[in-house]
Amino acid sequence: MDTEGVGMTQPILEARNVVKRFGVVTALDHSDFDLYPGEILAVIGDNGAGKSTLIKVLTGALSPDEGQVLVGGKEVRFSSPLEARQAGIETVYQTLALSPALSIADNMFMGRELRKPGFLGKALRMLDRKKMEEVAREKISDLGVQTIQDISQAVETLSGGQRQSVAVARAVAFGSKVVILDEPTAALGVKESRHVLDLILDVKARGIPIVLISHDMPSVFEVADRIHIHRLGKRLCVINPADYTMSDAVAFMTGARQPDEMQMAS
Amino acid sequence: MSTQPLEPGAAFPDSQKSSSDPHFSSDRSFIKRIQHLLHRTPSIVPLLVLLMAVIGFSILLGHRFLSPFTLTLVLQQVSVIGVVTVAQTLIILTAGIDLSVGAIMVLSTVVMGHAVMHYGFPGPLAVGLGLFVGLVCGVINGWLVANIKLPPFIVTLGTWQIYLATNYLYSNNESIQFQTLQAKAPALLFLGNTFNVLGASLTYGVILMFLLVALFAYALFKTSWGRYVYAVGDDSESARLAGVRTKRILYSVYILSGLICALAGWVMIGRVGAVTPQAGELTNISSITAVVIGGVSLFGGRGSIYGAFFGGLIVGVFTLGLRMAGFDPQWTYLLIGALIIVAVMVDQWIRKVSA
Repeated sequence: MDTEGVGMTQPILEARNVVKRFGVVTALDHSDFDLYPGEILAVIGDNGAGKSTLIKVLTGALSPDEGQVLVGGKEVRFSSPLEARQAGIETVYQTLALSPALSIADNMFMGRELRKPGFLGKALRMLDRKKMEEVAREKISDLGVQTIQDISQAVETLSGGQRQSVAVARAVAFGSKVVILDEPTAALGVKESRHVLDLILDVKARGIPIVLISHDMPSVFEVADRIHIHRLGKRLCVINPADYTMSDAVAFMTGARQPDEMQMAS
Repeated sequence: MSTQPLEPGAAFPDSQKSSSDPHFSSDRSFIKRIQHLLHRTPSIVPLLVLLMAVIGFSILLGHRFLSPFTLTLVLQQVSVIGVVTVAQTLIILTAGIDLSVGAIMVLSTVVMGHAVMHYGFPGPLAVGLGLFVGLVCGVINGWLVANIKLPPFIVTLGTWQIYLATNYLYSNNESIQFQTLQAKAPALLFLGNTFNVLGASLTYGVILMFLLVALFAYALFKTSWGRYVYAVGDDSESARLAGVRTKRILYSVYILSGLICALAGWVMIGRVGAVTPQAGELTNISSITAVVIGGVSLFGGRGSIYGAFFGGLIVGVFTLGLRMAGFDPQWTYLLIGALIIVAVMVDQWIRKVSA
């Protein structure tokens, strides 16, 4: 059973009984995961609970030993992050995966550059810089980022929040089905965190579901529709942030409190 | 957005006009603006140093130096190193280093000579075989760096010795003289042929150097491959996560480097007029010097092929100019040494750029 407000729709991204072992350590122990269309699902858990492993399995960085990953109800087997991306799963890594010395436009199109039409593009492989800058500028301003003036400036000249914006803009720019954000506010100040949360809500408003991995409880409780609590390699429960307090969530995470039967079932 | 689209690219000669963009330069101090200008166009520094060196020697030596003949003589003298510098730049942009460039170059020349003398190959085919050997050397370097994931410094420190030893063992240390080559395979000497335009004396080797610089400037600034080379050097893991096939990019630069070094070998046969297994001992150091003076960062991802080319020319101008002025050659090394240190200091300063 699912929590209220989500209904019985088909999950867009799910994991069933996934197991991942590293030698004698079982990082994922028959874990489940569900992300529904249009929602923000936060994933929280203590260090070592296996949430990064879970995310890596979902994004193709690791392949599970057992169990299935499904996108839109169909089973998928990703052997690289590139394949996950081609299936519409975009990840904004904690490190952002930007090239600091390259321009905003170069970074946004990294790995999927546009070439000029005709002979220049086909035979001489010439990039269509003008088009790429145009699109990059459009995507950045779509997200309401007004502070970036010059799309050809190097990413390293941007502030932390602006860099996050570029990474998020890249993740949503190419028709993605799901955006996974890994600790997006971890390295940011209060003001910049605020900006990133607005960005997340903005992405949600466009109907793209989001998985938010975070340690930042106030942020999680502010934006998440549901909270997936991971403990000891599996999903302990999924809670509705309206029904619980932050200290409840921390108590579940650390094992100080057991969730009741209702949540266990979800 | 209100700003004009600017010329892109980490280093593109035209992009200096960006500093006149009002949004980009307002409320910035003069020093900051220079820092940003260099950040966008790091090849400006070597270009200025080159111009100053040419002007300085012209004042010092007058028409003896400032003549089409002398200036093109510099081009001839740097043609071998200039070609190798193209290869070294590609490698260093990926945060690697290639110590085996000189060894690949000499091994290729020896193979070309051997093919003519001992296998009876016609000239063009012998050149082709030499280029193929250079390519194979590049494949070996690429495999060790990209697949086995060994540090480029260690890999090429090893292959440098291996290729050099192979060169001596294979050639029995024997040189092939000009007359022999001219009689049996003029194709090997082709790039040394000179032609005169308006008092300037150019070789086909110089033309090849210009073509290679232009070709790779295009590939680095105008194609996806070039962007990936920069991205891999900048932050390899980020590039991989962003969808760049980093292993393939590393492979490609090492293979190209091997091939370009073999081309440099062909240029060298023309330049020296002979095949000599003892040549090119300092080629690796000279090419790294040119690249560093040219403002390409040894940490990868920054700099341009134009800069490295200017760096090679700077070394050439100092070498010839100081010799013509009657200085002890040690002054050249002293000056080049100082330039290397200044260039790295400038690179560090540019890296501290911030909004």
